[in-house]
Amino acid sequence: MKVYAIAINTFKEVIRDKIFYSLVFFALLLLGASVLLSTLTLGERSKIIEDLSLSGIEIFGVIISIFVGIGLVNKELEKKTIYIIISKPIKRWQFLLGKYLGLSLVLLSYVAVMTACYMFFLYMYTNKLPWQTLMAVLLIYVELLVVTASAVLFSTFSTPTLSASYALALYVIGHMTGDLRGLAAKTGQAGARAVLNFIYYFLPNLEDFNIKARTVHAMPIPLDYLLMSISYGLMYVMAILSLSVLIFQRRNFK
Amino acid sequence: MIRTEGLKMEFRVGFLRKRVVALKGLTMEVKKGEVFGFLGPNGAGKTTTLKILMGLAHPTGGAAWLMGRPLSDSSVKRKIGFLPEQPYFYDYLTAAEFMDLSGRLFGMRNKERAARAGELLDMVGLSHAKNLQLRKFSKGMQQRIGIAQALINDPELVVLDEPMSGLDPVGRKQVRDIILGLKDNGKTIFFSTHILPDVEVICDRVGILVRGELRAMGTVGELISGTRVKSVEMTFKDVSGENLSRLENMASGTVTRGSETTATFNDPEAAGKAKRLVFDSGGEIISLIPHKSSLEDLFMEEVGKKK
Ligand SMILES: Nc1ncnc2c1ncn2[C@@H]1O[C@H](COP(=O)(O)OP(=O)(O)OP(=O)(O)O)[C@@H](O)[C@H]1O
Ligand SMILES: [Mg+2]
Repeated sequence: MKVYAIAINTFKEVIRDKIFYSLVFFALLLLGASVLLSTLTLGERSKIIEDLSLSGIEIFGVIISIFVGIGLVNKELEKKTIYIIISKPIKRWQFLLGKYLGLSLVLLSYVAVMTACYMFFLYMYTNKLPWQTLMAVLLIYVELLVVTASAVLFSTFSTPTLSASYALALYVIGHMTGDLRGLAAKTGQAGARAVLNFIYYFLPNLEDFNIKARTVHAMPIPLDYLLMSISYGLMYVMAILSLSVLIFQRRNFK
Repeated sequence: MIRTEGLKMEFRVGFLRKRVVALKGLTMEVKKGEVFGFLGPNGAGKTTTLKILMGLAHPTGGAAWLMGRPLSDSSVKRKIGFLPEQPYFYDYLTAAEFMDLSGRLFGMRNKERAARAGELLDMVGLSHAKNLQLRKFSKGMQQRIGIAQALINDPELVVLDEPMSGLDPVGRKQVRDIILGLKDNGKTIFFSTHILPDVEVICDRVGILVRGELRAMGTVGELISGTRVKSVEMTFKDVSGENLSRLENMASGTVTRGSETTATFNDPEAAGKAKRLVFDSGGEIISLIPHKSSLEDLFMEEVGKKK
């Protein structure tokens, strides 16, 4: 109930923010652009639209996750709105979870709206409805959940600018963990190998959530792969949020 | 209702982690049903104390109890209302939405929430603005909605950090009335302020905090009764000639306007003699006002003291 109250409030906070709308606007623009671009290029139009649109949904989703995500807690601290909340009978973990769920809800709506537009464009221009790409969208959403959780984590102990850089770095490195592991196997230095392995095991393997290319080229996605990736993502989210709560619990508010 | 023992708070500021001591072992008590004024100059540590009590900051030493429970026990929060200093609210919410959120955080039922919110908005004079976004509120309106949200749960203990700040005289009077109304309903009110005249009117007891130390605590009467009558101001007329110049010599200062003279005497005894002299010389006393030393004098004195 209290978590729900905070989540709904957070949903309103983001939804009533102009910045959110401009991001969604640009994301939609990108969808439109992908249709235009597809007419200019040779090759299969539908693949180009699918490819660009899915990437666009992901990139703008990540931007929203990181920039809104770090603001979730930070704005409350900066504007001191948190005083009114924390002095009421609500636990800090409930507050943090509510904030997180609120943004997750926003991202869900964002992904849903974007996907609907994307499917609509695709149907208009190619008369096809590639249901399989919905799986890619689902995993993009799970990835956004992970990125948002890490943004929240960083913002519980760091400044907004630093938090944004950390979260961005995590996103980029998270997509390269496979390469890092390969590098670890090749490197002769024990120290470097330890660091690379550490990164491999502790940072989220975001490439797991990337099945865009496979769905676009209509390659089969086994159901258990899908389920595994989703559980991996959710477990990762829980771990990061628990850590965030531990840090947040000790904070003094200025 | 509130008890603190040796409460200490230290901050580390800046790159060099310089030590700032905000509270140096604060021990005090606020009793059930009283209005307690927490006074102190800027930077005395009032807000810090309130933040510790509300669980917004963790003290570096000492302990405190709210309603007999240690601060770690957050279950008492449901019986407490709090107004932070210079409160900021979710400016994208309307007043009604904000009150609703506050009620939800107390786990109040829908009906109860709506009824209570309406009542409180009415009480602080904001019912006309209930569908206005808080970003469009003036400072005084924000202060009022802050007070309203602090009372949503019908709290036993109300903690207010500078409730009068940003309010016009009408608003201040309203807040005073609200506080007295709460007291009549058996609530305990603990508030910080530097607006001293208000304190004298509504507080049962006050504490004066200076640079993290409690310098005085007691009823307003107790605190200023030890201090004698400071001066007496007497206005009289129809005294002239030699008698007038004698009176002028006794007084520490006189102002004459037409036939009326106002004289100030530094001690009551001199004033008494002067009074008789006016009578004896056939004059008339228009007014006689003793100036007691006020809370303000005490406040100034405590702040001025180097310890
Ligand atoms: N987060 C913080 N970091 C460092 N120093 C702090 C912090 N908060 C308060 N202080 C210091 O603690 C002291 C007490 O501050 P506090 O805000 O409690 O004063 P106050 O009595 O509420 O003053 P005012 O009447 O101006 O509101 C000040 O010297 C202040 O600089
Ligand atoms: Mg203060």
